[in-house]
Amino acid sequence: MIDIQNVWKRYGDSVILEDINASVKEGEFVTLVGASGCGKSTFLRMLLGTDIPSKGEILLDGKPILDEPDSERGVVFQQYSVFPHMSVLENVTIARAFEGSVLGFLWGARKRAAREEAMTMLETVGLAHMADRYPDELSGGMRQRLAIAQALILKPRILLLDEPFGALDPGIRADMHKLVLSLWRKHKLTVFMVTHDLAEGFHLGTRLWVFDKLRVDPQAPNSYGAGITYDLPVGACEPELLEKIDSGLNSTGQELSE
Amino acid sequence: MKRLINQQPSRVWGVALSLLPFAILLLMYVLASDARLAENPQDKLLPSFEQMGDAIYRLAFEPSRRTGEYLFWQDTLSSLTRLGLGMLIAASLGLVFGLSTGAFPMVYSGVAPLVTVASLIPPMAILPILFIVFGLGEVSKVALIAIGITPFIARDIQKRCLEIPREQLVKAQTLGANSGQILLRVLLPQLMPRLIDAVRLSLGSAWLFLIAAEAIASTDGLGYRVFLVRRYLSMDVILPYVAWIALLAFVIDFVLRKVSLWAFPWQESRS
Repeated sequence: MIDIQNVWKRYGDSVILEDINASVKEGEFVTLVGASGCGKSTFLRMLLGTDIPSKGEILLDGKPILDEPDSERGVVFQQYSVFPHMSVLENVTIARAFEGSVLGFLWGARKRAAREEAMTMLETVGLAHMADRYPDELSGGMRQRLAIAQALILKPRILLLDEPFGALDPGIRADMHKLVLSLWRKHKLTVFMVTHDLAEGFHLGTRLWVFDKLRVDPQAPNSYGAGITYDLPVGACEPELLEKIDSGLNSTGQELSE
Repeated sequence: MKRLINQQPSRVWGVALSLLPFAILLLMYVLASDARLAENPQDKLLPSFEQMGDAIYRLAFEPSRRTGEYLFWQDTLSSLTRLGLGMLIAASLGLVFGLSTGAFPMVYSGVAPLVTVASLIPPMAILPILFIVFGLGEVSKVALIAIGITPFIARDIQKRCLEIPREQLVKAQTLGANSGQILLRVLLPQLMPRLIDAVRLSLGSAWLFLIAAEAIASTDGLGYRVFLVRRYLSMDVILPYVAWIALLAFVIDFVLRKVSLWAFPWQESRS
């Protein structure tokens, strides 16, 4: 479904990503891990359409992917993904309002239908009892559940998650993993999730991509970009490999931060 | 003993402390006024509260011998009308400029430098131009307030608009929103309380422009009256008028704050 062909990304003199080649089939769950600053979020932004490759192409069904966000691709950021001035329910119905009216307001029967649909979605993520609250009254985990419900209401084909659980406690994070996996199966989504937690990548989804620099020049750490150093099917790798990748990432991270 | 920076007044003490300076000022005034009036009953500089009450009673409850109007209320009505109209125009224009420059990079490039330059011109300096162009009537006074306040509100709203996290705009796009819908459903509702804040902050300047314009060319209004009676050293009118202006300013500010919290309840859990 998605073909990534010779994608490079540069900002001025510094190379962020070099020569990424990959292809992803419908329904895969790809987890992107890597040291901070190695371009995994940049890559996600290119899939989302808020950033464009300096060279190369990303194809969706054989056509270049749109260079601005659209309703094919849902997204959840680490924070600020929900609208603070709308109630929890409105945050979910708003997508139908955008779709079904010129100004973004629904009335009458269509409003009721949208609300029912949204309530079902909120029940799935366990937020039905909070429907009338505002996002700032929710806990961090609840806010991310809301962001996921909001992103899925239009049934996008692709769901992009940018460190969605980075700010959550470990216990809540485990609940969120369960939720994401069940939604992924139920809605047959293609998921890309960026995380800096390697273990998270190993337990979620079907495929793990490790972003790392293939070459590092200590004098000019930005002259080489990162590539996909490991492309592993999840469930078919040994704990030793996990450790090896982890120590590799740590050393790159140190060199980058020096 | 806790450090001074950690000591909080109790509720009663808090109220008492906040009233204390007012009480001291009032007491000092009464003492000084009494002393001067004892020396010279004709003294006009520090009138007693009784004299001030008499003066305001004449202006508020006895029709003027010349026009038959109740001057105090006429002055208040005229001033508030000018202030309200000026602020309404400034808030509307400021919102339009601020929202469009904040939301559309193309408009930002075209309009933002003009707004910045406009905000650098001291409004009082163009008051003569307004008098020449619009004459000495109502239009020039309302225009002074509007011209003086609009750039401030426009820049404030523009800044607030750019502060709204970009993630929200991306999210709205992934939910299928077009530019107009994002403007109407995402940006505008979040900027409305900011607009009320900007209006509250600029009310002080608005009063300044109003009183200045009334002092220079007017036939009624609170500013006109205090500058008129200055010729007769009528402190018994000026002091109550100043207090009345302060009270009006306080009430307007209070009402705006309450309206903002009532109309946009989602702010309450923020900050």
